[in-house]
Amino acid sequence: MRPAHVSETLTPNEKERMTVVDDAPGTAERPTYRLDQLAWLESEAIHIIREVAAEFERPVLLFSGGKDSVVMLHLATKAFWPAPVPFPVMHVDTGHNFPEVLAFRDATVERLGLRLVVASVQDYLDDGRLRERSDGTRNQLQTQPLLDGITDHKFDAVFGGGRRDEEKARAKERVFSLRDEFGQWDPRNQRPELWNLYNGRHRPGEHVRVFPLSNWTELDVWQYIAAEGIELPPLYYAHERDVFERDGMLVAVTEVSQPRPGESVERRLVRYRTVGDMSCTGAVESDAATVEDVVVEVAATRLTERGATRADDRASEAAMEDRKKEGYF
Amino acid sequence: MATLPTTTSPTRTLLRLATAGSVDDGKSTLVGRLLYDSKSVLADQFDAVERVSRDRGLASADLALLTDGLRSEREQGITIDVAYRYFATAERSFILADCPGHVQYTRNTVTGASTADVIVLLVDARKGVQEQTRRHLAVASLLRVPHVVVVVNKIDLVDFDEATYDRVASEVLGVATSLGLTDVTTIPVSALDGDNVVEASARTPWYEGPSVLTFLETLAPAGEPHSEPLRFPVQLVIRPQAAAGDEHRDYRGYAGQIASGLVRPGDPVTVLPSGRTSTVAGIDTADGELDVAFAPQSVTLRLADDVDVSRGDLIVTSRSVPAVTQDVEGTIAWLADHRLAGRTKVLLKHGTRTVQAMVTEIKGRLDLDAARLEPADSLELNDIGHVTLRLASPIAAEEYLHARAGGSFLLVDGQDGTTLAAGMVGDALLATATV
Repeated sequence: MRPAHVSETLTPNEKERMTVVDDAPGTAERPTYRLDQLAWLESEAIHIIREVAAEFERPVLLFSGGKDSVVMLHLATKAFWPAPVPFPVMHVDTGHNFPEVLAFRDATVERLGLRLVVASVQDYLDDGRLRERSDGTRNQLQTQPLLDGITDHKFDAVFGGGRRDEEKARAKERVFSLRDEFGQWDPRNQRPELWNLYNGRHRPGEHVRVFPLSNWTELDVWQYIAAEGIELPPLYYAHERDVFERDGMLVAVTEVSQPRPGESVERRLVRYRTVGDMSCTGAVESDAATVEDVVVEVAATRLTERGATRADDRASEAAMEDRKKEGYF
Repeated sequence: MATLPTTTSPTRTLLRLATAGSVDDGKSTLVGRLLYDSKSVLADQFDAVERVSRDRGLASADLALLTDGLRSEREQGITIDVAYRYFATAERSFILADCPGHVQYTRNTVTGASTADVIVLLVDARKGVQEQTRRHLAVASLLRVPHVVVVVNKIDLVDFDEATYDRVASEVLGVATSLGLTDVTTIPVSALDGDNVVEASARTPWYEGPSVLTFLETLAPAGEPHSEPLRFPVQLVIRPQAAAGDEHRDYRGYAGQIASGLVRPGDPVTVLPSGRTSTVAGIDTADGELDVAFAPQSVTLRLADDVDVSRGDLIVTSRSVPAVTQDVEGTIAWLADHRLAGRTKVLLKHGTRTVQAMVTEIKGRLDLDAARLEPADSLELNDIGHVTLRLASPIAAEEYLHARAGGSFLLVDGQDGTTLAAGMVGDALLATATV
């Protein structure tokens, strides 16, 4: 296929992404109007975000400063332009965040004039509602503060950045995923989801998790970040950091992740493919310093992002399914 | 040979496919094979499959394990729910809805088919047409899936015999033709060994067609926006007022995703159901104004006149205005566990409009084996039937046969919000079942 015609009123960025494609060169008398992959995914996500804004009373968007949530928020700003994003954002703060990610979160919220709701795992640990796990990691402690935050603020729709390509249980989740009054996901009793007709009806106390990036892959996300020029926390790009190896992962030396006897610290050139609890999120060795470098690296990678960087997802075949059933993201 | 996706191809398109077929026809194996041979399975995913296969005493990696994601699926060795998979070749990217084969999960096939450009239907070369083959071909026909590719699988188990393949292929094509399907392709395959999945097989020298992947890579997507009339369901009204500063204080735009057709500034439009007319003053996106927009783009339309437009309205080209009605006849796939019987109050969602509705009459049920309508006064889970509905307020219902977006609707339980049925306006069923 080859480009046949590009509309002159488009921005340079749009020209690249909304090329009108001639499907059958030499045979077609007029150009065929077709969206390329990223424009198609963007359009679908904007449709989903607008449906939620129109049909729910109190939506909230989960925003951690991680790349998927950054892309999701970017799409929300585009969906309502020139009006501002009509809902708040929520962050489930493990207390184990990379400082540069928290700084990015706050700067973004400030720039867009958003309201930020923070559900703090540390608060739960301080007053005894949760106890620290024996391994000291906190990703799995996020479920209770998340569910309480949803209940306390009476949120009825919660946007998450989850993608179906991430993990096998996520591959089966709907775009609109109903959660019962305990926040639980019942994989055997999901609503059929047909055409682009999303059913967000729910009973009082229930809520719906909504995943606008369901059909995106990690590579789509990075290509979109490159095409749109979206800013990310700097640790997604190659930088030097003191790390040690644990369970085959490179863990950063921080106040919550110190090497044990026998684990030696080295300064290496690394970047993060996901950002989460810094005590159990691994870095990958990389010299990808720009978004273009990362796109090339992701296209060639032989490991999934969770397999490469998340110790908690390696626990069992059904680790994610079990956590989602309890109300996790 | 499929190669890794390139990173700089601005005109890559997406193709959506759905799998179908009886249980044990090897769907998960075929999908696993497509993912693996197109190099879309990453090393840690494959390691996990190898480990589990070894634990179960299997000689080689069971590729079906790549797709069966839920604990109960792995325990029972069957696929229960639709799983979405993503793979890409140098030519194209694919979104694959992997649908279960068990009869009780037919609703998932309907779900997968509703958004599919092509259905990949598996048939066991030893068994030929089964009940589920007919059912899934009927679903493909009812939902107007543009293309069907029939994978005659396990060709290795019939010694790559051309005559067996020909017999099965013509049997399937006979059923497909009787259901009104016109675009059907058959391919002999061994999903287990990979014959004709990605590469042409040397073991079927009598077959000259493409492999499954080559077929999918070269398939022309259906539906050309310029040949269809504009349909634009309004999702919400964008009115920033003071929040956006002086520049946009008086801005009023109608946000939505173009369901069909294309639109340009200056086009005459009609707002339904009110029937008021105006012209398109501008097409906005966050990236700037457009001089043309087409399905399925999400945009915001500004109109030249101050007409009353709100969520649930449909903006259409004034050159082709569909009728609005409170009486709808349609074909429905009943998706709920409880049966539909007698007059039943429901909600009907059509585009962005949700209205109260009453199922006033069940006119019949589709007998999938005979491919004809039989008398019935109730519908059970997975039944496909013909019903009449009376609506509390009008919608622009178009024949699904001609308008996949304008003719589709959901029936929803107003009490608990359950999705009850997938509906298609018109006598798609009768058109399908004419033998």
